[in-house]
Amino acid sequence: MSRGARRVAASLLLLFASAALAAPLRLWHGYRGGEEEAIERIARQFTAETGLEVEALAVPYDALSSKLTSAIPHGAGPDVFIFAHERLRQFHRLKVVAPTPALETDRYLLPAVAALELDGAHYGYPLAIKCLALFVREGVAAPDSTDALERVLPAHLSPDTFGIAWEAGDFYFHAPILAGFGGQLFGADGRARFDTPEMARSLTWVKSLQDRALLPQEVSGALVKTLFNERRIAMAISGPWFASEIDPQLGYSVHPLPVVSQTGLPMSPFLGVEAAFDSARSEQAEAAQRLARYLSVGDATLQRVTLGRQIPAELAAWDDPLVSGDPLISAFRAAAERATPTPNTLEMARVWEPMKLALKAVLQGGVAPEDAGALADRRYRALNREALPQADPRPWLIALAVGVSWLLWRHARRPRQPSPETWLGLTWVAPAALGLLALVLIPFVIGLSLSLFHHEAGDYTFVGGANFVDILTSRGYRFNEPLSFYFTLAVTLLWTAVNVVLHVSLGLFLAILLKEPLLKLRAVYRVLLIVPWAVPNYITALMWKGMFHRQFGAINALLGLLGVEPVSWFTHWSTAFAANVITNTWLGFPFMMVVSLGALQSIPADLYEAAAVDGASRWAQFRHITLPLLRPALLPAVILGSVWTFNMFNIIYLVSGGEPGGGTDILVSEAFRWAFQRNEQYGFAAAYSVLIFVVLFVWSRITRRLSGEEPA
Amino acid sequence: MTRLRLFALNALLTLLCVATLYPVLWVVKLALSPTQTLSLSANPLPEAVTLDHFRAVLGSSDAQGRWLFGRQLLSSLVVSGATTLVGMSLAVTAAYALSRFRFPGKDSGLQLLLVTQMFPATLMLVPLYSLLQTLGLLDSLGGLVLVYATSSLPFCVWMLKGYFDTLPRELEEAALMDGASRWQVFVKIVLPLARPALAVTALFSFMQAWNEFILAATLLNDAARFTLPVALQRYVGEYKTEWGHFAAGALLISAPVMALFFALQRYLIGGLTAGAVKG
Repeated sequence: MSRGARRVAASLLLLFASAALAAPLRLWHGYRGGEEEAIERIARQFTAETGLEVEALAVPYDALSSKLTSAIPHGAGPDVFIFAHERLRQFHRLKVVAPTPALETDRYLLPAVAALELDGAHYGYPLAIKCLALFVREGVAAPDSTDALERVLPAHLSPDTFGIAWEAGDFYFHAPILAGFGGQLFGADGRARFDTPEMARSLTWVKSLQDRALLPQEVSGALVKTLFNERRIAMAISGPWFASEIDPQLGYSVHPLPVVSQTGLPMSPFLGVEAAFDSARSEQAEAAQRLARYLSVGDATLQRVTLGRQIPAELAAWDDPLVSGDPLISAFRAAAERATPTPNTLEMARVWEPMKLALKAVLQGGVAPEDAGALADRRYRALNREALPQADPRPWLIALAVGVSWLLWRHARRPRQPSPETWLGLTWVAPAALGLLALVLIPFVIGLSLSLFHHEAGDYTFVGGANFVDILTSRGYRFNEPLSFYFTLAVTLLWTAVNVVLHVSLGLFLAILLKEPLLKLRAVYRVLLIVPWAVPNYITALMWKGMFHRQFGAINALLGLLGVEPVSWFTHWSTAFAANVITNTWLGFPFMMVVSLGALQSIPADLYEAAAVDGASRWAQFRHITLPLLRPALLPAVILGSVWTFNMFNIIYLVSGGEPGGGTDILVSEAFRWAFQRNEQYGFAAAYSVLIFVVLFVWSRITRRLSGEEPA
Repeated sequence: MTRLRLFALNALLTLLCVATLYPVLWVVKLALSPTQTLSLSANPLPEAVTLDHFRAVLGSSDAQGRWLFGRQLLSSLVVSGATTLVGMSLAVTAAYALSRFRFPGKDSGLQLLLVTQMFPATLMLVPLYSLLQTLGLLDSLGGLVLVYATSSLPFCVWMLKGYFDTLPRELEEAALMDGASRWQVFVKIVLPLARPALAVTALFSFMQAWNEFILAATLLNDAARFTLPVALQRYVGEYKTEWGHFAAGALLISAPVMALFFALQRYLIGGLTAGAVKG
């Protein structure tokens, strides 16, 4: 048999073999590095033992949850997925996750099993636990109380060093402190409450550490890592993942979080349970259960511990010397004994954004610790809109029918001379029109009509114009607050105007400079100045986000060379807005430059010669020749540019991220947050989009007048 | 112009170019530095040079031993190339008809095209997802191509129509008199004349598909078929950013677009403006 024939035979054989087998089990997770490697090894072992193929997909962690909730209900998702338990209630309501009645509850740590319980049934197989603990550098006495902590830390202070660091602006890190001060996040009715004396006391304590420079300002994960590795802090609060980021030369130990001396209560961190969940829509439910269970016990656990450095949830693993002898892992188990499982309620998901706002406001000094609870409370109430009453769709349907028939009637009434080109024209546009109809117009119309519905956990209720009423009366917050439509609209208009003006003036200025005929290097300059346009704009955004970094950014380094104090760009509205504008200007001026260059070329040179003969100054020439003749070419570009800038989602979302407190969000990014970050309120987000559409539509009408075009 | 003024002009432009390129140099430095973190330094030149990040990004492979970067590059090329091809072939005929023929619905059609551009694209995600499922095009590169091609259509049609409007009709009329068919006139006369606008429009649809990641990240479920921006997203997590890998990946992704830009830049000025003048 020739080689070719053999290959054909082999592939035919493979084809039949794979057709006989079931489709591979799909496993989605958000792991990287060692944890990812462990999962892939376990998957291979599973295949070797059972003959069932597994296809593992590592999804970026930030995208995993939304990918799961969109794919699984459509039957397009995985059979098994790994996620933290705190989204369980939401997964359950979206019918994404299947129960695991065969779970052997006595095989795993008790709190891990409890975290996976929902109304008496269990969902998922627990893999690992995660919680916060205190990392203490070698040679520093580990404090067991806040009094001890405050005694130890001052010895480590110097102009360049601090005492302790954690990501104080993130509620995940503040929750243990709140618990230590006796705070209860949820009232008897199960609703979150923020405005409590315990909240104020816990915030006061953190602020006092920061005021004494024991805790640095604006701490990010990257800063904690750098400070700890450079021996500039004595302690850090972080989770098991931090161990892999510590310099191997550096000695340290891990301890439970200290007791709050004022109350005698221990700081109790959230316990996160990572579990292998079975998809509710798996076509191979039995095999999926088998895989999920396989991931959680026996050899798989040991792989996850040794390769992925996980803290195992399986009890038997703790008998293995590999696990119990590991100082880091057993230290985290001790820390976990003080932890409380993160509530898997929907209410919990609503806490993060208001608390982040309050924490940042206190730490930046804008709000007193006593008032922060009220601030969080207001934001909470604004974000969590009550379900709207169902409306009667009939008046809307009648209005729609009347509107459509009026349009048709008007169309039919219009006198029309039959054109021989009608048929020709229609055939030429037909392919494009069909494509547009299917994939642009239909989603567009669906998007428009979604604005009349209220969406909650997969169910849509018709509410009529209630979403619009809520937005336009800015229910729940004042007109001049960041969440209000009018505030966001004002920011958006300012954003658009500033950017377009900068783009056009910079572009035009450069084009005029480049027009100089004696310039030998013109082509080189032009090529170099176009570069920003060629860089994908999300890369531009992330790159500038890094450059504006408070501690490690190039901009602050440049300012440092000039003797200017480092600016913390995203804590004040004006600097955050400026950062966005600078980024977008860099990105947008080349387009205007190229358009201006083309337009300038079309102005005949003899006009300038004649003007020069008449003794007109350069400014007069610019004012009376260049500008008027540029207008027709520049105006369409300006209109296009203004629409692009108005909806420039990537820059806002990735550079300032709306900081501080949502103040720099524009309408599109606000709509995006309602749709994808605040319990999937699609209807409300669609109403926002309709309003964006209305604003731009009005704008296009105005500009058509400006450009002197006949209305079509 | 005096020597001095010319010198000053050159100095000013050089300064502006340096300012423009500074962020790019900064990314190059991140990509070549041995660490994964940002470092506080205004110097845009790398202090130590290593190709480790490029090696890691280029050499990424999955559990089955498939060369991920190669496959992702291929799927990016296929998607962007097909988008350009499909999008352009739909757009040129439509734009030509809109520029030359009179038929009912033409004006409202043109307005409708513009109007669709004003609805935020990210919010179309939810209906689009259900629609693609109905068509059986979830998790397929074909579905992605169709969505990209149609969503860039309005812009392409407007650009091309603007350009066709500026072309003189006399040539076409003469050719028609001589017995050429509409199609021959279109292919043999109009398209060659419109080359700058075609180049620019094609560049834009290619770039749009090459750079898009929200839709691609939502629709695709197989790492070997991810487009490059989706793959790049992995390096910048909410909790951990691998700046070195990200920078190397960013440069690799930007390079082809930049090359295209520079290859087509002589068309850029004419193609954009002639269309815009009458727009």
